Formats: sequence, structure tokens, C-alpha cells
Amino acid sequence: MQPAVQATMEFLKLYWVPLLCGVIIVALLPLIAGYIVLVERKLMADMQVRLGPMRVGPHGLLQPIADALKLLIKEDIIPENSDALVFWLAPVLSVGAALLALAGLAIGPAFQVAQDINIGILFVVGISAMGIFGIVLGGWASNSHYSLMGALRSSAQLVSYETAAGMALVAGLLFAGTLNIKAIVDAQQSAGVWFGLLSPVALFTYLVASIAETNRAPFDLPEAESELVAGYMTEFSGFRWALYFLAEYTNMVVVASVATTLFLGGWLRPFASVHWLDFLDYFPTLLMVLIGVYCLIRVPKQPSRVHQLFMLAVAALCFVVALVLLAPVILPIAHPFKAGILGSFWFLLKVSLYLYLFMWLRFTLPRYRFDQLMRLGWHFLIPLSIINVLLVGIALIAGSYFQLQGWALLLATTPAAVIGLVAAIVLLSVEQKTHSAAAPSAAADFYGG
Amino acid sequence: MGEGESGHRKRAIGEYRTAGEVEGETPLSTEVTTEHITQLGADELVINMGPQHPSTHGVLRVKLKLDGERVIGSECVIGYLHRGVEKIGENRTYQQFAPYVDRMDYVAAVSNGLGYCEAIEKLLVVEAPPRARVIRTILTELQRIASHLLWLGTHALDIGALTPLFYCFREREEILKIFEKYCGARLTTHAFRIGGLQYEAYDTLEKDVERFCKDFTSRIVEYEDLLTQNRIWLGRTKGVGILSAADAIAYGVTGPVLRASGVKWDIRKAMPYAAYDQYKFEIPTGTAGDTYDRYMVRMEEMRQSRLICLQAIENIPTGPILAKVGKVLKPPAGEVYHAIEAPKGELGYYVVSDGTVQPYRVRIRPPSFVNLEAFDRMVRGHLVADVVAIIGTLDIVLGEIDR
Repeated sequence: MQPAVQATMEFLKLYWVPLLCGVIIVALLPLIAGYIVLVERKLMADMQVRLGPMRVGPHGLLQPIADALKLLIKEDIIPENSDALVFWLAPVLSVGAALLALAGLAIGPAFQVAQDINIGILFVVGISAMGIFGIVLGGWASNSHYSLMGALRSSAQLVSYETAAGMALVAGLLFAGTLNIKAIVDAQQSAGVWFGLLSPVALFTYLVASIAETNRAPFDLPEAESELVAGYMTEFSGFRWALYFLAEYTNMVVVASVATTLFLGGWLRPFASVHWLDFLDYFPTLLMVLIGVYCLIRVPKQPSRVHQLFMLAVAALCFVVALVLLAPVILPIAHPFKAGILGSFWFLLKVSLYLYLFMWLRFTLPRYRFDQLMRLGWHFLIPLSIINVLLVGIALIAGSYFQLQGWALLLATTPAAVIGLVAAIVLLSVEQKTHSAAAPSAAADFYGG
Repeated sequence: MGEGESGHRKRAIGEYRTAGEVEGETPLSTEVTTEHITQLGADELVINMGPQHPSTHGVLRVKLKLDGERVIGSECVIGYLHRGVEKIGENRTYQQFAPYVDRMDYVAAVSNGLGYCEAIEKLLVVEAPPRARVIRTILTELQRIASHLLWLGTHALDIGALTPLFYCFREREEILKIFEKYCGARLTTHAFRIGGLQYEAYDTLEKDVERFCKDFTSRIVEYEDLLTQNRIWLGRTKGVGILSAADAIAYGVTGPVLRASGVKWDIRKAMPYAAYDQYKFEIPTGTAGDTYDRYMVRMEEMRQSRLICLQAIENIPTGPILAKVGKVLKPPAGEVYHAIEAPKGELGYYVVSDGTVQPYRVRIRPPSFVNLEAFDRMVRGHLVADVVAIIGTLDIVLGEIDR
């Protein structure tokens, strides 16, 4: 027994920080995902001239907790002819993969569970792709046609769009020259320019592919409500269903984090190396103060005393966060802390904006049809991302030939981006032409026979 | 409509042909296979859409035979909302039956009432006074807009666009408010009476209608901004569910579905009723007969309805609102068929009187029921996602189909 205990202690001593981070992630993520859902519902309501959840807590702020409670205490239904073991395993697989992928990401230079793994991005992409097993197995185990079709769509979609996303990442990695997450951000710091600016085409292809990968509208075919009821989730209810939901939103955070890390400068402030823009360090504080003041203004308008107190508490929380964000700027504290606290803010802000884009698209666009989705993937995104990798490679060779560094590298990459844009337009029009040419003959087949 | 549960309906609707009888097409019950399925030895998948399904617009049940995601056959099963409206009509007096017809196409109750009241007026050989006819026209055209708005919202929702639904309901709400002010009810209005109107128009009716019409122009632009030129919307609607003009006529399809196939047929023009002969309006038609054309036709119809409303409120005649019909209606023995252009197509009432206070028979020709006949023809060869698009584009209301 003794050596085993000792080994455990050794292990804990060595790894207590990552373990703590891991526990925090696993414990907090359901809550965070719940609040992402609330934000999404509020945004959707705002765009659809209505209010959204307003009943539980002031402005519905406690809605996620109520939802989680409801889902927890719901009856757990396993369909009679389903494969019970796989049915049990599938949502766990999905959510496990999503949470594990999060471990590889760094929220700031100080917050990372799996410290400095040298295959960083590859680990995240690989693990998050495992989540598809949860969807496929869940759809199969439910023993329902709708679920099966949802699962089939999902697997086809993931295979197609993972390719495009991977090629987009390759273009970004060409700039970084490393897979390590910290090194990627450091490379952007030393270059002084984000890789997303150097290769906007890669950022764009990754954006589209990541929406498809996370099964979000307009690519939400696996769970297309109006067609397949709920796709692979049709037979799932209560907490199992909540796990799938959690996996979906965690995956959104994962792809947003990957994009932020590789293309949007990670935890770096905009223009991190321009010193006369250092006043931007006060922006986080200012933002939190503004939110706090807004909450204070709203306090008298709350309908009851409880609501008012709650609103005050939210305002107070905002001010505390503002103080925490202000501390590293004005106090002479060690650099890692400064970079850690402010870096987390910038990172989370970028991730939020990326997620906002996801949601905005969802409320605006209709859904693709399955064949159109596949065509868009194989005839547009994949060729475009491959062309872009070639262009970026050429631009990098040209850049090193003319010894271009940092912003000057834009001289080489901008022509590449323009060519990429032209390629995109050509690919789209070709795709559309072949489609509209194919449509009448296909229709003739349908109706002639 | 096939087997079992709906068999009893088939007798009542014997004059309509089922899908299989048109142009020698094979009926659904026989195997419909494509060659490569037999080569691969793959099974077909039969899935059951509805009656509980998010986008079958109520309680329509569709049995789909699928090869992968491709539809190789379909069969609509109806009757889940059957309430025996026609039979009820035989057991009520003429006035008592009027509120029942509101419950058929419950999103266009005013149109249902107009058709019924005019049919009985024809039977009684009376005419509603001019003032009543103009007010009827205004309300019916508002109802057409409301019905089309509901269609647009749900159709867009079926295709995955979440937001237009709420914009559409915002405008529909304005129309329902006008109804509420006029007769106290919003949905099943029972707005008209046999012989005219029961209620005088309220004071600000013209103003309300005018304000709605003024706002509506910019609102319709909002919907079009979201959908008309949208790449995904075009991809989802163009070439989907094509119905040729010949097919449309063969199936007896009416309303926007017929007009989108290029047939310029509108009962408001062909056999004017109410006050439609006094107003200028266009009949929009399509060319391809696909889902996109039906979308465009209905959008244009909303604009035309708005124009009719504007013309009508300009000059509402004064005078009585109810013709002298007496308290007890005893139409002379005989029969009458009266059809109006409801938002979904030709809504016909065939009423037989035996000279008593109750009709001998009330036969109703609901547009949705006949339009649904073309569903199988439109859906074959398309993907599952198109099925919901086609159900949506037909603009069916199950209350009217099942009656």
C-alpha cells in the first residue's frame, strides 16, 4: 500500500495545477454552457422582436439552473428495443470527448490543463473529432429511423468538413511552424500580426467548416428539427439529452478556442506589440464597469425586492471583476500574472465574438439540404482550403526570399489572399452552374419515370 | 387515401381521383423501386412522418418510402382531426352552422364564413347590401394576408430560417387586432351573418386598415431581404416540388399552387363575388411551378391584397348592413354551389335545401384537401428535407382537410 500512496502523492505534487484546472473545467463547464444557451436565447429573442426568458430570476438570469434541474429530475427513458449499453455509453462518449478536447486548450498563458503538449492543436482536433462516435452510436442504439438518419448525416458531414477544417488549420500552422498552443500564440506575438490577417481565406474556411463540424445552423442537418424531429437525439430525454446538449456547446467553445488561438492571436491584446496602444489594457476594466453601471441603472426598474437585490449582486460582481482586471495594469506585480489575467479576458472576449457569429448565422440563414451540404463541402471548401495551403506556402517562400517580417509579410500574403478570394468566387459559380445544369435533368428523371 | 383508417372517407369523396389514377401512374401499394436498389440489395426504409411531427402542420401523417434519403413513394394518411363538420351541418339551422365553418381553415376563418354566408344568400336569392359587401371584402383580404403570413413564417421555419416566423406574427397580430375590434374574436371570428353583417364597422376601422397597409409595405421588404435572394433559400426552393400546369389542372389544384404553375385562374376575377368586381388588382402567376414560384406568387398576392384593402377603404358606401332575411331561414327547396377564392384556393360550398330550417346536405370543397392530392407527385425523387418544404409550400390546414 505504502508505495502506491507515495506514488499518488508524488503524482499529485507534480500535477496538482492541471488537476485543479481540470476539475474546475468539468465542474464549471455545464454552468458555462447553460449560460451560453441563455445568451443565445436572449440574442435570438432580441433579433426576433421579443424578450426571451424573463421568468426565472431578473431577466431570466437563473433560467439555465432551472433548466438543468428540470433535466436532472426528468424520467430516464431508454427505448425498449434499443441497445441499452450503447445507448448509455453514447452521450458519455460525446461529452467526454468534448471536455477532453478542452484540456488541450489554453485560456491564457497560465491556464491550461495539459501543459505544453507538443502536438497541441492536433490533440484538440483529434479528440474533438472522437465526439462523432457518440452521435453515431447514439443514433444507432436508439433503434429509430429518425435517429439513424441523423447519425448517418452527422458522420458524412463530419468526414467532409473535418477535411476542410484540417486544411485550413494547416495554412495557419504554416505561419506558426509549431503545433504547440503556447508557441503558436508566441509566434503571433513576435510576428506582431495575427495569422488570421495573414490568411483570411484560411480563417473563413475554418469558420464555415467549424460551424458544420459542430452541427450548427445552417448546417444543423443531423438534428434538423423540422425534418428529423431531433435527429440522433430523438429518443434521448432528460439528462442524457442534456449531455448531448452540453457536448454540442462545449464543442462550440472548442472550435472557437482553436480559431482564436491559431487565427485571432489567442490571449494577445489587439496590437500587443504596439506600445502607444498600451491604454487598451484599461479596456477590460472599462467594459466591466460599464456593464456594472448598466445593471445599477436597471435596479430601480426591477419588479420586486428580490430582483433588485439580484441585480445589485450582478453589478457588484461586475465591479469586483473590473477591479481584478485593473489590478495587473496599475499594480507592480509579476508579469505572468498580468499576462494571465488580462490574457484570459482577451481570449474569452474573442471566443465570445466567434460564438456570437455562430448564433447570428443561426438566426439568419435557412438550412442547407444534405446534397447541397456535401456539394458545398467537396466542391467548394475542400478545394479552396487546398488552394489556400499552396498559396500560403508560396507566400511564405516569397516572404523569406525577400526577408519580410511581421506586418511586412502582408506584402506577400495579401496577393495570395486575393488569389484565394478569386478562387473562391470561381469555385462558387462553377458549383452553382453545375448544380443548376443538373437540376432539370434530375427532375426529368424523377418525373419521367 | 388508401387503406384502413381513412377508408370511410373515401365514400364521401368518391368524385375525387386518388393519386394513382392520374396518367396511369402506378399506385403506391405496389413496389416502386429504382434499379440500383435491386442491384445492391439494399432495403427501402419506410418512415412515418406524423401525426406528431414538428413540420406536418398539425396532424398530417405521411408514410414515406425512402431509398437512403431519397423519397421513392409517399402516402398521406388523414382524418386525425375529423369532426364531421358536414354532418353537423345537416343537424343545425342555417344560422347555427355558420360558426362551425370557421373551424375548418382556422387560420382563415373570415374567408370560410364569407363563402358559407354567400352560398346561403344565393340559396335564399337575397343579396347583401353594398356596404356589407365592401366591409366583407376588406376583412377577407386582411384575412388572406394573415393566412399568407402564417404560411410564410411556418414555411421558412420548416426550411430552417427561424426569424421570419416572428416578423410574420408581428404583422399578423395587427390584423387579428382589427378583427378583435370589429367582432370581439381573433381566430374563429364568425364575422359575417347570412344576408350581410351583424356588426356595424367600428369608428376607426378605415384608419386601422390604412395604418396597417402603410406599415406593411416596408415589412414585406424585410421578409424578402431575409429570403428572396438568399443562396440557401434559392437552393432549397428552386426546382423543388415542380408541378406542371397540366398536372395541376388534372389534380384539381387551385389557389396559389395552381397560379404558380402558370395558370391564371382566380375566382375573384373569374366569378366575382363580394365587391371584388369594383377593384383593380393583378393575378400573379409563376412559370416553373416550383416551391420558389409558389413563394413569389404568395408574396405578390399579399401586396395585391393590400392594394385591394386600400381601394376598398377609400370609398365604403353608406346604408344598411343586413338585408331583410328574417329570423327563421327557410330557403326554397333546391341546391346551390358557391365558391370563393380562399387564401389556399377554391373553397366551395354545395348546399342542398329541402325547404326546412336545416340544410339537407352541406358538402364542402376545401382547397387544402384537393391540393394535398398533388403531394405524392411533387415529392417523388426528392430528399427528406424537401418533403417538409413541399408540405409547407402546399399551405395545408388539417382542420380543413379532415373537417
